[in-house]
Amino acid sequence: MAQLTYRDAVARGIAQEMRRDERVVLLGEDVAGAGGVFKTTSGLLAEFGPRRVVDTPISEQAIIGAAMGAAMTGMRPIAEIMFSDFLAVCWDMVANEIAKTRYMTDGAASCPLVIRCANGGGVRFGAQHSQSVENWCMAVPGLKVVAPSSPGDVVGLMAASIRDNDPVVFFEHKSLFASKAEVPDGDIVDVLGQARTLREGRTCTIVALALMVPRALAAAEWLAARGIDCTVIDLRCLVPLDTDSILRSVTSTGRLFTVEENPRLCGWGAEIASIVAEEAFWNLDGPIIRITTPHVPLPASDAIEDIALPSIERIAITIERTLQR
Amino acid sequence: MVTPTALEYGAHDPVLPQPFDDRIAAAPIEIATRLELYRTQQEIRQLEKRLYDLFLQNLVKGTSHLAIGMEATAAGAAAALRPDDYTFATYRGHGHVIARGVPFEPIIAEMLGRRTGLLGGRGGSMHLASAQHGMMGSYAVIGAHLCIANGAAWSAQLRGTSQVAVAFFGDGATNIGAFHEALNYAAVYRLPVVFFCENNLYMEYTPISQVTAVEHPAADRASAHGVPAEIVDGNDADAVYLSVSAACGRARAGEGPSIIEAKTYRQGGHSRADPGKYRPEAELAAWLAHDPIAMYHQRLLGLGVGEATLSDIQTSVARAVDSATEAAIAAPPPDAADLLRNVWSDGGWSWRN
Repeated sequence: MAQLTYRDAVARGIAQEMRRDERVVLLGEDVAGAGGVFKTTSGLLAEFGPRRVVDTPISEQAIIGAAMGAAMTGMRPIAEIMFSDFLAVCWDMVANEIAKTRYMTDGAASCPLVIRCANGGGVRFGAQHSQSVENWCMAVPGLKVVAPSSPGDVVGLMAASIRDNDPVVFFEHKSLFASKAEVPDGDIVDVLGQARTLREGRTCTIVALALMVPRALAAAEWLAARGIDCTVIDLRCLVPLDTDSILRSVTSTGRLFTVEENPRLCGWGAEIASIVAEEAFWNLDGPIIRITTPHVPLPASDAIEDIALPSIERIAITIERTLQR
Repeated sequence: MVTPTALEYGAHDPVLPQPFDDRIAAAPIEIATRLELYRTQQEIRQLEKRLYDLFLQNLVKGTSHLAIGMEATAAGAAAALRPDDYTFATYRGHGHVIARGVPFEPIIAEMLGRRTGLLGGRGGSMHLASAQHGMMGSYAVIGAHLCIANGAAWSAQLRGTSQVAVAFFGDGATNIGAFHEALNYAAVYRLPVVFFCENNLYMEYTPISQVTAVEHPAADRASAHGVPAEIVDGNDADAVYLSVSAACGRARAGEGPSIIEAKTYRQGGHSRADPGKYRPEAELAAWLAHDPIAMYHQRLLGLGVGEATLSDIQTSVARAVDSATEAAIAAPPPDAADLLRNVWSDGGWSWRN
């Protein structure tokens, strides 16, 4: 057991799988020599060499295409798209080709690969380097979508994503890279599609993802001091979606809040609200409330980016006021 | 300065074929290989004609893009490949599937949307694939598969198998970004990939010359990416065979990618919706006279092959197309359970617990 940063957890998870499976290779812009622009792949070139850890040109379509073709022919590639915003540059590859290959070929071809991206805001990068785009991927049948919130989950879910036989888009949160936690020694392999209940409470259920998880937990602490007892669920994966954990919790608490970094329209919380409304409506004691970024592009200025993203204070006050009504 | 408004629709200079190069008849290609090239071209022509008949009977739904007149590229290239090499084709890809040895019946059944189709009815005309034949898919969003072919070539390089990936694409694909990304990428990593441009002079309905600043849309761009290029008569199966054999040889020797630009002609329109009226009459007539199969027939006769041998091939292909058509028409459609199969590797479609 040792302290590990979220940033170092990325390299640890990849290295764990590269040691185990020769077919695992990593490619992307600046991932090898530089160890990644976020230093998430430090040390991998030194350990695995330039055949398996490849610096690429700035060619997102070529990167994802190379990963796809290699995956179809026996390899287990991990492709880095530096900022998740840049998925838009290679969206044909992701949404039209990779996601649909198994279905269109009736299982004769498949794409066991991982696309890793730095996702999310809070680092003052402005509207094209700060988005939370996990809901883009969630909207495409055939893609699994993972977004861990802690170093331990990064290692275990990375391993699970690499071992998965389907394409996985793995969102690493830029504002969490420096966060630290105790992580057990040795190999860690998690399971995709299992949410984690981080706190049990009777008053309401808060469902959060990635950077919103520590914020939801801090809000729950504040609310607990005021007599409001919250369950906090870290979704960890959007596809597969652990609806059981959400429905079970909401059935018990009767109230649901989602905390989403994405802009309002069609965020993942809307799907969860819809599922809960259809399947647990009679267990609800009040409306489902979504706490999201307003439907605007993210600004660069810290003063207004901080207003845009759901903050601990906004989460706590929204929940307190809603429950007091 | 091009002023499109001043042009009458479809008005452009006809591009005529070069005469067949008779020296290629003397090239060292076994007669058995040449008979195979003839058979494959017959298979593609006859099967595509049958598919066209099936459209007219409204048995084939959706769209379809025929390659009648372009059979020599698929036949010539496939004959140069090893069974474990990879083919990546476009939506005009029926010929490439046939040339890799995929049987007729599942191809026709796929076009008819039958359960016995090559892809269980989920791919259709534009997405024919058969991984077991090395036919890694037909890609219908222009350009993507050049990048994907790089990946298969990279995988072969990593696994040390000396396999080659061949990506076929049209002239129109040379103006999309993925083409240029793929060429640079393949050149940088010396990937064993052959980029094969089937230049049929039209990007969908528009003459390629009207929207491209260079005469040879693929070959003229190759040097910018450090990739060797060759221009061949795409209606001469022997010329294609020789060119692809040489490119594959370089790829297997670790010498990296090649571009082949094959000049050919789509005898029909872009898709079933297009009668192709924009083609100048003189151009169409010249290219109909430059038909790859008629020419190859004459070449084989000139090499001493008997007319009876060739007509036997024609007849046996015709019989095979007939029986495959009957079987495909008789096959059942997919049912509701087929809709939900194989989204994921567990065979299912579930996204939640």
